[in-house]
Amino acid sequence: MNIAILSGKGGTGKTTVSTNLSTIIGANYIDCDVEEPNGFIFLNPSQIKREEVKVNYPVVDSSRCTLCGDCAKVCQFNALVRTKKEIILFEKLCHGCSACSIACKHSALTFGKRTIGIVEEGKCGNLICKRGVLNVGEPMAVPVIKKLLKNLPQGTNLIDCAPGTSCNVVNSLQYADGAILVTEPSAFGLHDLKMAVQLVRNFNLPFGVIINKYNAENERIQKYCEQEDINILGIIPYRREAAKVYSLGKMIVEMSEYKEIFEEIAKRLREVFPWN
Amino acid sequence: MISGKGGTGKTTIALALSELAKDTVKADCDVDAPNLYLFYDGRDIKKEYFYGEKKAVIDKKFCTDCKECEIVCQFDAIKDGTVNSFKCEGCGACTLFCPEKAIHLKEEKTADVYITQTNKGIISRAQMEVGSEGSGKLITQLRSNARKFSDENILIIIDGSPGIGCPVISSITGSDAVLIVTEPTQSGLEDFMRVMDLCRHFGVLTLACINKYDINEKVAGEIEGFCRENDVYVIGKIPYDDTVMKSINELKPIVYYEDSKANNAIRKMWDNIQEHINRLNQ
Repeated sequence: MNIAILSGKGGTGKTTVSTNLSTIIGANYIDCDVEEPNGFIFLNPSQIKREEVKVNYPVVDSSRCTLCGDCAKVCQFNALVRTKKEIILFEKLCHGCSACSIACKHSALTFGKRTIGIVEEGKCGNLICKRGVLNVGEPMAVPVIKKLLKNLPQGTNLIDCAPGTSCNVVNSLQYADGAILVTEPSAFGLHDLKMAVQLVRNFNLPFGVIINKYNAENERIQKYCEQEDINILGIIPYRREAAKVYSLGKMIVEMSEYKEIFEEIAKRLREVFPWN
Repeated sequence: MISGKGGTGKTTIALALSELAKDTVKADCDVDAPNLYLFYDGRDIKKEYFYGEKKAVIDKKFCTDCKECEIVCQFDAIKDGTVNSFKCEGCGACTLFCPEKAIHLKEEKTADVYITQTNKGIISRAQMEVGSEGSGKLITQLRSNARKFSDENILIIIDGSPGIGCPVISSITGSDAVLIVTEPTQSGLEDFMRVMDLCRHFGVLTLACINKYDINEKVAGEIEGFCRENDVYVIGKIPYDDTVMKSINELKPIVYYEDSKANNAIRKMWDNIQEHINRLNQ
C-alpha cells in the first residue's frame, strides 16, 4: 500500500506528518520532494546506498549532419536550435524523448547520458528510507521522481510529495493507492487544500485530511470537510515547543502528547484506507 | 521572493513589501498556491486562456493497433491505444513514428491567466488547471504581463514558488534581485543552501531574510554565518509573531497592525532594501 502525503500549500507539515507517522505505523518513508528533500534530517537513516539518475540527450554526429534542421523543427521543447554552422543543444530543456532522432533522415543523432540527480536508500531501524535529490540548476525533477518510485519496497510506503498540484505531485500520485492531505487552518491553507482535493479526486484516490498547526481560533477546515464529506484523519495542535523540536530536526512524537495524537491518526487511517 | 522550503512566509512578506513600496505591480508566480489576490478586492480586467502543453491524441479511424507508438514513447504514456494524459509530455515522438499518421498533438489549456486591477495596483496571476504542468512558460507569461504595466520607476514584486526547479528558475532569471525568505529550522537551512546555490548559478543579486528567527536562534545564527561566507546580505530578521497568522486570516497585510513586532521588523527590512536598490542604481 502506497500512501501519498500532499498539501497544495508549502510548509503545512507534509514532512512532519510523513516522518512521524512512518515510525508510528512502521511504514517505509519515500521522500519525493526531490527539489528540497528534508525527511532524512528527521529519520537520519544509515547504510545509505546511492544511485545516479541519468537522462538521455542527443549527440550530433557532424560528419553525417547536413544541417537540414529537421531535428530542431520537431523538438517541442526548443532544446535544439539550428545555426548556419551547427545544431546547438540546450540540454536542460531536453526531455530525452527521441523525437529528433526519429525525424533525422541522416542518422546523425545518437544519445548520450547525463546525471541530473541521485536516488538514495538507507535504513532507519527496520524501515526503508528512500529519497531523490535533484541537482541544483536542473529544472526538471520528474525523471528523479520516476526513478525513485519505480522499485518501491514491499509493505506500506509513505510518499512525501512536493508542495503544489502540478507535475511533480502528479507523477508521485501515479504510484499511490491513497492520499493524506496536510493543511493548516489559515485562509491560505484552505484555498490550497481545495486544489489538492480536486487533484486526488481526479485520480479517484481514497483520501483524508490532517489539520496541522491547529490553534482553535477557527473551524474553517472542519466546515469545508463536512460540506465536502471528507474524512478528517487527525488534528495536530500548534505548540511553540513542537516548533522548536521540529526546528532542531527532531521528531515531534518524542513528545508524549504528539505521540498519542499520531497513534490516533494511525487508527483513523485504518478506517479510511482499505488496509491489509 | 523565493524560499526553497515552502511556508516560510513568502506571500506575507511580498504583500507587506508591496504595501510599503506603494507603487508596485505584483506577479503571483506561485501558480500552485496563488494566494496573493485573496487580500484584494480586485476586478479582473483581462482574462486569457493559457495553452502551456500539448498532448498526443490518437485518431481511432486510422489506428491499426500496431503498438509502435507504445514502444517509441519514452514516458510509458500509451497503453492499448489510449494516451494517459498525466504521463504524456507532448513530445510528439509518437506522431512522427506512427506509420498510419494516426496521432497528432493537441494544445491543452493549462491555466486561466488574469490581469487583476486592485486599489493597490495590478496583479498578474493565474489559476492553474489542477494537475497540469507547472511550467516555466506560464511564469514567463505572468512576468511579461506584469512588465506591460510597469516602467523603470515601478517595482515588480514576484511572489515565487517553493523548490529549486523550473518555476523557480523562471522566476529568478532576469530579475534584478532575489529575496530568499527562510526560517531557522534544519529543513529551512538545508533548503536555503540549495536555493542560494541556485541563485549563484544564475548570477543574480541575492538577499536573505530570516523569518521567525527567534524560533531557534542557534540555527538562525548558522544561516547568518553561512550568508556571510557566501556574500549574501541578511537584510532582515523577523521575530515570531502570532499577529502574522491573524493578518492572514483577516486578509489584511501585516503592515497595518501597528503593534506587531513582525510589522516593525519588516518595515526596517524595507528601509534596508531601499538602500540596497539605491546603491544599485548609482
